[in-house]
Amino acid sequence: MTDSTTASGTFDVTLDVNGIAYPVHIEQDRNLLSVIRGEVGLTGTKEGCDDCECGACMVLLDGRPVNSCSYLAVQAQGRAITTIEGVMTGDDLHPLQQALLDEGGVQCGFCTPGMIMSAMALLADNPSPSEEQVRIGLSGNLCRCTGYTRIVAAVQRAAAVPHA
Amino acid sequence: MSFVIATTIAEAVAAMASGARPIAGGTDLVVGARHGKAALPQHLVAIDRIEALLVVHDTADGVTIGSGVSHSVLESHPLLASAYSGLADASALVGSPSTRNLGTIGGNIMNASPAMDTGAPLLVLGAQVELQSMRGSRRVPLSELWTGPGRTSAAPDELCVMVHIPTPLVRSGSAYLRLEYRRAMEIAVVGAAACVVLDEDGFVVSASVALTAVAPTIIMVDGLHSLAGANVPEAAVRVGVLAAGQATPISDVRASAQYRRHTVGVMARRAVEAAARRAAGDIVAIPLNRAIGIGAAS
Repeated sequence: MTDSTTASGTFDVTLDVNGIAYPVHIEQDRNLLSVIRGEVGLTGTKEGCDDCECGACMVLLDGRPVNSCSYLAVQAQGRAITTIEGVMTGDDLHPLQQALLDEGGVQCGFCTPGMIMSAMALLADNPSPSEEQVRIGLSGNLCRCTGYTRIVAAVQRAAAVPHA
Repeated sequence: MSFVIATTIAEAVAAMASGARPIAGGTDLVVGARHGKAALPQHLVAIDRIEALLVVHDTADGVTIGSGVSHSVLESHPLLASAYSGLADASALVGSPSTRNLGTIGGNIMNASPAMDTGAPLLVLGAQVELQSMRGSRRVPLSELWTGPGRTSAAPDELCVMVHIPTPLVRSGSAYLRLEYRRAMEIAVVGAAACVVLDEDGFVVSASVALTAVAPTIIMVDGLHSLAGANVPEAAVRVGVLAAGQATPISDVRASAQYRRHTVGVMARRAVEAAARRAAGDIVAIPLNRAIGIGAAS
């Protein structure tokens, strides 16, 4: 059991973000998104609706998609957090990033990090999803530019890349 | 102010005896607090790492599901798909992949929303919850658990640890569907679940039907004993009429009371039809909403 009790309402926790341990001093009610952006300093994860609807803030927690705007940062201790900054291998884009560029699945780009995180979780579960399965996998991510067609095509294109 | 991460049920109920509130995925608690619906509790105990709450056990009496099991596990669990299809139908419709990954059956039940998706199928399947505290444990039928919107008969120190669903009768089937305007991040406008038992000739032996988002809690439709011996189409139509008549919905941003009363009858009729098809051995894909094309066209 991990027991943290404070009179001030702040907690010292260590967050594992993209394999790096970040000690942070945070309030109980801080959401994971604000800690990733404000304390850890990784701003690739976006704040869209801030209401668990749009998916711009999607990160992976132990490999599963989570809306970080509505998840308590203190609850993430001991879990592996993956953000968009953690998906490249060295200087090489992740196949999903490359496929989004190739398919023209990025316009303003604000939804793109969250889309990639959801798509990564989908492909980890289902390496060759149908179009319908991609749409379900991305159903918690809103895009206001592209109309989704090219994003869905990009995920299927990435799925065809070995080891995507 | 405190935040405890429990790894055993004993740790969790001890924290709750000291006034802590449980948090699993936080999809209701945290979002609700951020909306200003209810402040985040001062003392929290995280229960999402208690292994004993993450089990799905096939038992001699039925199935036992740990309260921490997520909707994403339930929507694709082979045991549920075959024998408790209505619950799989509901679990597959909750929120988005992220919501289903974090959200749990125990959280859905104890949050006690009248629009909750898993409530109606659990009710028609005769589910009970097991509540545990430092004082002991007890089983409560779901029909006695919900007392109003967001309210249950559980004491503040009682943790929902298990959901018990009895083995379905032979030639029975269950189904859940809801009216929705979009296919993701949606809440039931109205919904209905049915469990239907057929005889060898395909006539109704018994049926139970529960309704979503048309009353302060999930409700059972009364007066279905008269369906015994009816054929399925006739039973489905009669259930639809009874459901619409017993609904007491409100008007809000998502639908008027009049529209809800009408559509819950339609949902109830279709739930009976689908449950009867499953009872007869037909394969009806999960979730039923997608199988029959409710919501936006795919």
